[in-house]
Formats: sequence, structure tokens, C-alpha cells
Amino acid sequence: MAVIVDNDTRLVVQGLTGSEGRFHGLRNRNYGTKVVAGVTPAKAGQDVEGIPVFNTVADAVQETGANTTLIFVPARFATDAIYEAVDAGIGTVICITEHIPAHEMLRVHTYIRGKGVMMIGPNCPGVLSPGKANVGIIPAEIFSEGSIGLVSRSGTLTYQIGHELTQLGLGNSTIVGIGGDPVVGSSFIDVLERFEADPETELIVLVGEIGGDEEEKAASFVQEHVTKPVLAYIAGFSAPPGKTMGHAGAIISGSSGTAQAKKEALEAVGIQVGTTPTQVAQLVAERFAART
Amino acid sequence: MDLYEYQGKQVFARFGIPVSDGRLATTPEEARAAAEEIGGPVVVKAQVLTGGRGKAGGVKLADDPADAEAKARDILGLDINGHVVRKVWIEQASDIAKEYYLSITFDRGTKKPLFMLTTEGGVEIEQVAEENPDALARLHVDPLEDYQPYQGRRLVYGAAIDDPSEQKQILGIIEKLYRCFVESDAMLTEINPLIVTPEGEVRALDSKFTVDDSALYRHPDIAEMRDVEAADPHERLAREKGVTYVKLDGEVGILGNGAGLSMSTVDVVVVAGGRPANFCDLGGGGDAQGVVDALEVITSDDQVRSIFFNIFGGITRCDEVARGILTAVEQLKIELPIVVRLDGTNADEGRKILADAAPANLHVEPTMLEAAQRAVELAA
Repeated sequence: MAVIVDNDTRLVVQGLTGSEGRFHGLRNRNYGTKVVAGVTPAKAGQDVEGIPVFNTVADAVQETGANTTLIFVPARFATDAIYEAVDAGIGTVICITEHIPAHEMLRVHTYIRGKGVMMIGPNCPGVLSPGKANVGIIPAEIFSEGSIGLVSRSGTLTYQIGHELTQLGLGNSTIVGIGGDPVVGSSFIDVLERFEADPETELIVLVGEIGGDEEEKAASFVQEHVTKPVLAYIAGFSAPPGKTMGHAGAIISGSSGTAQAKKEALEAVGIQVGTTPTQVAQLVAERFAART
Repeated sequence: MDLYEYQGKQVFARFGIPVSDGRLATTPEEARAAAEEIGGPVVVKAQVLTGGRGKAGGVKLADDPADAEAKARDILGLDINGHVVRKVWIEQASDIAKEYYLSITFDRGTKKPLFMLTTEGGVEIEQVAEENPDALARLHVDPLEDYQPYQGRRLVYGAAIDDPSEQKQILGIIEKLYRCFVESDAMLTEINPLIVTPEGEVRALDSKFTVDDSALYRHPDIAEMRDVEAADPHERLAREKGVTYVKLDGEVGILGNGAGLSMSTVDVVVVAGGRPANFCDLGGGGDAQGVVDALEVITSDDQVRSIFFNIFGGITRCDEVARGILTAVEQLKIELPIVVRLDGTNADEGRKILADAAPANLHVEPTMLEAAQRAVELAA
């Protein structure tokens, strides 16, 4: 099992012939992911170390049976790439691209919801199911196989926590970076729902940060729909209001979106929130030891 | 990116939203000339990217050009919440019969633009929402369906605006504001107050306008409205260097890689009892030039007493980052204590490179918390 990407993933990389697309596409293949195709307009017939390149996603789907796409297309062409993938019948879209205008993502979000497509990102590190598939830029070597589901708005912070878990002998079912933009394809809730349904996931770690109210919504969702233990970390307690902290979505607007409010919402439903990434890993280890 | 009132009104005017005649002035003399051109009484309004300027004495009525010059002299140079007034907007004074409120916000929660309209304008909208929620008409627009005129009617009826002439004018403004919001890639467009004059004319008397930074590439006219001189000088340097940096008020300079880890680093310094001087995200890279640029920005702040380097190597390898740190320290001749914590890919090699070079001001710590504690001690 695992969620979103696994042994059944057949990956097409949109932008495979670019430097990032090539580097990570090949990295993902070396990990064992079935990278079946690349798409770059006007480059059909070429290949990237044996991965065939097509002009359109529709061609790639028809020729290779691709069911998942990884998008490395520059921001101004990225939403076009998303629509192309969805209209070609791709069910899972993982978009790494940063700086897609927020208004474009509003329309994409509304469109994909109507189609039942699972989209992760944009401005995200991707999804890794250790031992099965890596789709994106997550450094797989720092994670190991296991039963902890990890969902996060941040890349390096996730690696940090994953690394600490590995040091403690704990592994992951799937690591999902949902992205740092104000509007992303999947919220915490969408991923929590998958983890709850996944038999391989025993415990869930949620890594949030300032801005928006997705952590608060996740807290209500956990209370009503999640039976597995959930632990959390929130970044940005010392962030000043009105300033964008690296991620476009990490901004406190007026008095809303603060780390303190998120922590309180999570704790109110019994989710422990660690003070440092290290402490979160330790709490997970304790909780895990208590379970088995 | 936030626009000044006068810039927001310029954009409003392009979309046909009625605003008053006005001129920008940076000196009392210019204010006088502007008032002469406009004729009659004018309002002198401080242009600052912060709220509360009215209470701070940043908005004043002037009867004639000489008075406008005097009022501008009072207002220019005023410190409003840490923002020094460098520009004033001289605007034809308006007679006000009623003050309404109209805005569109980018509602992240519902993933839709949100309209708000109320006849209780001129005050903070949060106050209206709290004290008299029924007076506030709210309506979400489906981004794919786009704005439809019935939505404007629902807002106008919902806010209980019953004068037919006002209804007609406000319906026009609602539609124009929606176009302005979408076509400018705005995160917020707010008119507070939207006034009705004694003659029944509806006009935008103020503007609050925020544009999505990621979309500025397709709005060069708005992008060039950025007032680089108003920014904090350290943040301005960071922008020039392409460094992601936010100035905070403390002594421990911070450099992390990735937004989340950098925010977390700031938090951990606070947990360790220190005061962070900044947020700085090195990004996914970590090449020598990136480190040099970031350190140059961080050390441009005289308040900084120590620097905390917190790196988790993923795709970026810690040995590369270690070399980058050594290059930067040498190139910039940094004498401040630097605490480095490296973890992740090739962390051992990275630590060894730092240990072998061993500059006297470089301290390597094994964990984030220990490194934060050390950086805080060294800043004391």
C-alpha cells in the first residue's frame, strides 16, 4: 500500500528534457520508480537515457500507460501543463514548480476537484513511498521503510524530521510534501484521509506552518475521522505579521494564520505538538514504543 | 506587494472605478502647487503602507494652497508605526453623506474570491463583522464561473442599499472591482470608505491593494510601483542580491536552507532564550555564492552579534555547503562568531571540512537545539 505513489505508479515527467526534469527524473528512476515517459513539445522521438519523450501528455498516456505526472515546467507554463495532464486522463498530478500565480491555482483547484484528480503541490518537494516509488525531489536516502505517514507544507523541515526518525530506527509509509503556496492541490485533510485508509500507516505526523487555516481544518478532521495517532509540528512562532516567510503561503494576515492558533487548535483535539523538530521525532518514538 | 493608497486608486481608475482628483507631493511646495491645480479645499493624506494614519495625524483637511503647504509640512517626516512619511497625496476634498465598505479578498480557506459589502463603512471591517454581522453582505465567486451580475444584486440587496441610483452605481463598481481584482492578480482590493456624496455620487475615498508577487511578471506597470526606498535597508539589499530575508529585531543572525527549516530555526533560537535578528532562507542551493550573498545581507545588520547556520543537506550536500561557508567567511572577513549545525547528506564530510579549516570564530554543534543555545550564548 502506501499512498499516492507506489509500485503501480507509471510516471510521465513533463519537462523531462530540462535540467531539473532530467536530473530528478533520472534520480526517481534510479530509485526504482517506473518512469515511463517524458513530455516536451516539439521533442517527440528523443529520449533521456532511454526514457521516451513525447510531444503531448495524451501521446505519452496512449503509448506508455502513464497514470501519474511530475511537473517541472516553468511557472508561466505550469498551469497549462496541469490542464494538459488532467485532460489526458492522468489521475495523479505532482507539481514541483514554484511561483505559479495564486489566481491561476484558484482556477486549477476548482477544475481538478470536479474531475476527481489528486494533485500535490505546486511549490512542493513531491511524494516518496520508501521502497516503492519516489516522485519529485525528496532525497530518498535519508528515509527508510516503515509505518509513519508524514505530511508537510515544507521540504527541508520534512527531511529534518524524517532524518531524525530514521536515526531513531523509525521508517515511513509515505512522505507527502503538499507545498508552500497559498493554494495547493491537496490539503492536509486530503492526505490525512489517505493515511487513515492506508493499512501500512500506523501513525501520522503533520508538519504545518504559519498562514491560512489548513492546520485548524485538519484538527477538526482528525477529531471526527482519524482513528490513528497524530502528532504535529508547527513552524513560525516568531514570525512577524504581514511578512512572507520564504513560502508564498507562509504569511500571517492580520491576526489570522498564527502558529499559536494552529498549535492550540491541534492540542484542543488531543494532538501533541512538538517544540522542536527533534522533540517531534522523540514524541513519535515514545508513542510508537507505547503502541507495540 | 502592497500598494500605496494613491497607487491603488490609480489602478482603480484604470478599471473605471470613480476616485477623486488628486496629485502626489513629496515636499510642502509640491503640495501647495498640487492644491492650486486642483482648486478649492483639499485633503492632505500621508502615503504609508500601514494602518492607523488618521489617528496618527496623517490625514488633514486644508482650506487653500497655503494651508495645504503647512499641513504637508506637518505630515511629511511623521513616523506612523515605524513608517516615515515621504509622500503625501493631495486630493480634492469630498463632502460625505454616507460611508460604505466594499472589498474582495483572496479567501484561501474556500479557494474563492470573497466579496464583502456593508453600509457601515469607515471603520475596521473586523469590528463590523463582530458587532453587527447581519449588516455585512458576503459572497464567494466560483473562479471558473466568474462574476455574474446577479451576484452584485445579491450583495447590494444583502447590504440593504435601497436607493436606486446608489444601487446602480455600486453594481457598476462591484463588477469593475472584480475585474480589477482578477486582472491585476490581487490578493486584496478594499475600498473603505466607499462614499456617497450629498449629491448622491458614489466614489472610492481610500484604497487597500495587495498584488500576488508571483504574478508581478505579467504586470510590469504594477511591479514598477514598488517603492524600494521605503523598505528596510537590509531587506532592500536582500532583494538586490536575490536573498530571501526578513528583518527581525534581535542579535542572533540566522541562515537556514528551505523556508520551513529556516522558520523553525528562528523559533528554536527563541526557545533557547535568544532574539533572532532575521529570517533568511538559503533555498535549495547552498553554493558558495549563495552563502556569500546571504551572509553579506545578514552582517549588514549592526545588531547581529552571532550567526547561526542551520543546514539540512538533502539534494544539497553538506560538504558543498561547508566549502561555501569557508569561502564566504574568508571573502567577507567575518569576525562574528558563527555556529554551524550540519545534518543530512554528507554531514560527516562537511563537519570534517570545517574542523580541518577550523577558523577561530567557527563553532560546530551536533544538533539544532545545542547550536541555537551556543549561538545565543555567543550573542550575549
